[in-house]
Amino acid sequence: MTPGDRDLIRRRQRGRAIVMGLLLGALVVLVFAITIAKIRTGMA
Amino acid sequence: MQPAAPLLPPADWRDFLALTKPRVMTLVVFTGLCGMLAAPVSINPVIGFTAILCIALGAGAAGALNQWYEADIDSQMRRTSGRPLPAGRMERQSALHFGVGLAVFSVLLMELAVNMAAAAILTISILFYVLVYTVWLKRRTPQNIVIGGAAGAFPPLIGWAAATGDIALLPLLLFALVFLWTPPHFWALALFVKTDYANAGVPMLPVVRGEAVTRTQIGLYTIPMALAAVLPWPLGLTGAIYGVTALVTTAVFALMAAQVATRRQVPGDTMKPEKRLFGYSILYLFIVFGALVADRWFA
Repeated sequence: MTPGDRDLIRRRQRGRAIVMGLLLGALVVLVFAITIAKIRTGMA
Repeated sequence: MQPAAPLLPPADWRDFLALTKPRVMTLVVFTGLCGMLAAPVSINPVIGFTAILCIALGAGAAGALNQWYEADIDSQMRRTSGRPLPAGRMERQSALHFGVGLAVFSVLLMELAVNMAAAAILTISILFYVLVYTVWLKRRTPQNIVIGGAAGAFPPLIGWAAATGDIALLPLLLFALVFLWTPPHFWALALFVKTDYANAGVPMLPVVRGEAVTRTQIGLYTIPMALAAVLPWPLGLTGAIYGVTALVTTAVFALMAAQVATRRQVPGDTMKPEKRLFGYSILYLFIVFGALVADRWFA
């Protein structure tokens, strides 16, 4: 494996980790919002 | 002993996004949203957003599983050879895991956050697209996109069910509209990418039955499609905003389809009418569904 390959792998791993982190954060916000919405509309 | 296959570097996140067919998803999300907004009850904006998100994720999952299964076909067609799997940018197993995970997540979220009816129809639409269309029909019959078209027709039903928890005549007509719109839409495309499908061994109608039959079928399917598009108005399910818009845009569609149905390809043909019908058919669906929402809100 060349240093170029290693750089590519690291770059992709970093990109995927950032996107996954953002998605998980968005999921937490969404679940919170759904919970509030369900409580307010009495559907819970 | 066989040499080990070279290990691919981890796929880029953009490749996972490409796996979900974002452009196809646009139309799916739009028709789902319009189905929801056309329903006679209001839905909490957060729950509504979640329902549309689930429709998008479910469509993305179906697209990913479709690409996982069809990587061999995709590699033989110019239009699809740049996708992550045929281009060798992703392991097949990653696409499978991604597709299954996304499908399960979208259905579970729909069930937990929205309602059971929407989750059930979403499940049916994913399974229909993956198992009935991709695995069963696509490589076996020129009727593949006719029956498979049902998969793309589910989003308005899902949107409506998300808002009401039920199904009514209007969303069923919207289902019929998208279902009957699919053959003229895809066969117009198949007429000008016929060689691609033939090379890949996909039995699309122009490849198996020839150009003349395909053109006739485009014309024939346009008739019930036009009926499904216009019928909500005389049935009193919509008002004049939708009715007039559907009437005018469907008449334009029918004229373009008639032109495609009655002409024959000549040497050096640029297939302009077919490309125009294909392009207009996408715009048509956006306009008709947009008019449905405008009718519900402003009539």
